Amino acid sequence: MEKKVFERPKLLKKAVFHYCPGCGHSILHRLIAEIIEELDIAHKVVGVPPAGCAVLAYDYLDIDMGESPHGRCAAVATGIKRSLPDRVVFTYQGDGDIAAIGTAETIHAANRGENITTIFVNNGCYGMTGGQMAPTTLIGQNSSTTPGGRDYARDGAPIDLSEMLALTKGSVYIERTTVNSPANIRKTKRAITRAFKIQMAGLGFSLVEVLSPCPTNWKMNTVDSCKWIEETITKTYPLKVIKDTVGDKIQ
Amino acid sequence: MLMRGSHVIAESAIRAGCRFYAGYPITPQNELTEYMAGAMAKVSDATFIQAESEIAAINMVLGAAMTGARAMTSSSSPGLSLKQEGISFLAASELPAVIINTMRGGPGLGNIAPAQGDYFQATKGGGHGDYHSIVLAPASGQEQADLTVKAFECADRYRSPVIILIDGMMGQMMEPVILPEPIDPRSLPPKSYILNGASQRPSRFIKSLILDTRDMEEHNWKLQRKYESITRDLILHESYLTNDANLVVIAYGTAARIAKGAIKRVREMGLKVGLLRPISLYPFPKGAIVELSRIVKHFLVFEMSTGQMVEDVKLSLEGRSKVHFYGRPGGIISTPDEISKVISSLYYRQNLEEEQ
Amino acid sequence: MLKKTVFAGFGGQGVLMMGYLYAVAAMREGKEVTYLPSYGAEMRGGTANCTIAVSDEEIFSPVASSPDHAVILNNPSLIKFESALTRGGLIVLNSSLVDRKTSRDDITVYRVPANELAKKHFNDDRSVNIIMLGGFIAATKMTSIESIVKALHEIFKGKKSDIMAINEKSLTLGAELVIKGA
Ligand code: SF4
Repeated sequence: MEKKVFERPKLLKKAVFHYCPGCGHSILHRLIAEIIEELDIAHKVVGVPPAGCAVLAYDYLDIDMGESPHGRCAAVATGIKRSLPDRVVFTYQGDGDIAAIGTAETIHAANRGENITTIFVNNGCYGMTGGQMAPTTLIGQNSSTTPGGRDYARDGAPIDLSEMLALTKGSVYIERTTVNSPANIRKTKRAITRAFKIQMAGLGFSLVEVLSPCPTNWKMNTVDSCKWIEETITKTYPLKVIKDTVGDKIQ
Repeated sequence: MLMRGSHVIAESAIRAGCRFYAGYPITPQNELTEYMAGAMAKVSDATFIQAESEIAAINMVLGAAMTGARAMTSSSSPGLSLKQEGISFLAASELPAVIINTMRGGPGLGNIAPAQGDYFQATKGGGHGDYHSIVLAPASGQEQADLTVKAFECADRYRSPVIILIDGMMGQMMEPVILPEPIDPRSLPPKSYILNGASQRPSRFIKSLILDTRDMEEHNWKLQRKYESITRDLILHESYLTNDANLVVIAYGTAARIAKGAIKRVREMGLKVGLLRPISLYPFPKGAIVELSRIVKHFLVFEMSTGQMVEDVKLSLEGRSKVHFYGRPGGIISTPDEISKVISSLYYRQNLEEEQ
Repeated sequence: MLKKTVFAGFGGQGVLMMGYLYAVAAMREGKEVTYLPSYGAEMRGGTANCTIAVSDEEIFSPVASSPDHAVILNNPSLIKFESALTRGGLIVLNSSLVDRKTSRDDITVYRVPANELAKKHFNDDRSVNIIMLGGFIAATKMTSIESIVKALHEIFKGKKSDIMAINEKSLTLGAELVIKGA
């Protein structure tokens, strides 16, 4: 007898992703769709997509979504969540969005303990605009605005926003994962599920930072991208639970 | 009730069903934010947030508007510059919101005295892209109450940001006011576009990104058609002693009050001078001015700026009558005496007593 | 008739409250009223003032470039407002704190030793503003004393009755002991 072990999540619209082959966004969209389905919260979830490659997330996710200006997702989500406290509100933001132009909004939302979830997709560059240096770009990493590689003296060091957010009182759960292998994808799914559950229990600000491949701007093939995450990026951005004050309250 | 203008707006907003307010400290409008902080705490389903920035405040309002809440933010000139991004997004995604600008002297940090230098910013869009906000300019405590209610109604009806333009004097001054009857926002008609979870309906999204150029063009024309209907339905102005006037002063807000005082004086001297006070700045009361121009050949525009609304007056008249201008920028509050001298010297210079 | 009055003194002397009481009383008598406080940077440096316009007709400008009356609680305020006062205007001075002479002969000056009265009758300074208000009302008859009493009750609703009694007594003291003449 045949047994179906994998299918397209119901909450993923029947549209073809515009993302590049090997891009982490496609995987993450699928995970989010699965999680919302499994938690049975499609009727009460509102997502806030960013400006960036994932600006069109509403073309793929069959849930309510409200677009935010570049970087302001946490503020927009605050407005939504405070008006509808019993809904599940999440933002989906890239590293340029959250760690450069939207730093203030993000830190203060975390610090207020806004009961929202942020999915922070870290691919070390501005993907949509053509691969410019992001605050997360590694030292020495090439980008369209750091042709010889990011130079500490000129460009500063890669920022670790998740660690910064962990310092705020209002954040309760912050984990860094990646989607470079099936095992890591499963871990990412567990982390995002946990973050949603924490929000649903009203416990405070939760964030999952996902190291995500951008083969196009990294100018690598998919396999090398995944390897590069494993071997290089995780040296600067180690995979770990950065903060978890929730403990066993949420399984 | 004898009440401060900024408190009148805040209280009227809550009575009009405003249930979300986000703001950031800036003088001279802190009384409004502070009033909201106290009063919203007493309303069970209301949210007050002191935001980390003006930008965050307007974007919180954007989020609240997506859920259908009547939402408001307030600031003063430099803060409005920061809010422009959010206002452009509100206009583009056709979301309602009320924004109060207590104008101060500018540009830059300027000062905190009453001024009218933000007319262009408010009426011409202000942020990027092809859009307008509805702009209302009250000139008394009572009008601040009435127009706040109207602002929320218009915001919802036209799914558009509405800006109330006042200045530090309007905000600080106390006058007797009859406050509006409170409404329960739950009694308002449901909104068809809001985001609250796709329960027993297809999912929705609210966005301003329209990559297809033809769709984007159509969206722009759609907004334009909306502005045309706003222009048909929403123009507000006051005429004061214009019936027999040879000269009509055009001024709004605080400047209009000063002009009215001046007109009263020159009327006592026998000069036939009237006032046209635009109450809605966008849409602009073009028709009323054109109508007057059939008899009135001289208009004097008085603004607490170097001359912004005067351009709309000229555009309205298209050369039909002569337009003169007198302005005091930088936070100077002219006296009625000063304006009456400006009026009478113009009146005699142009030999207006000879007319008719 | 339109009359504009400036109330001025140190911050903490209750200057804004004095003006507010007067404005509410005039409003309750059916008059048109505007109340304009000094605000923001103007309030740094410890002086406070407010302008109240009262009229039978619509009030246009709430600003007083040349006020009809001034109620002055300290020396700096006298310097600031004396010259602005309109011809034939009227000043009520707190003679306990204002030791300067007025330099104009076209205005009428009234004096109330408000701090001395407050010390003597209540052994504290807090009712100085109400005593001055009593003097101002007696000198100008802009509203009745009863309207001010009613305004006191309206504004201090729920305050202890002994405080109300002190306030009412202060009004009467000011009204009775205001002295005309520089
Ligand atoms: S540019 Fe990078 S982030 Fe954007 S879709 Fe392509 S691979 Fe993904």
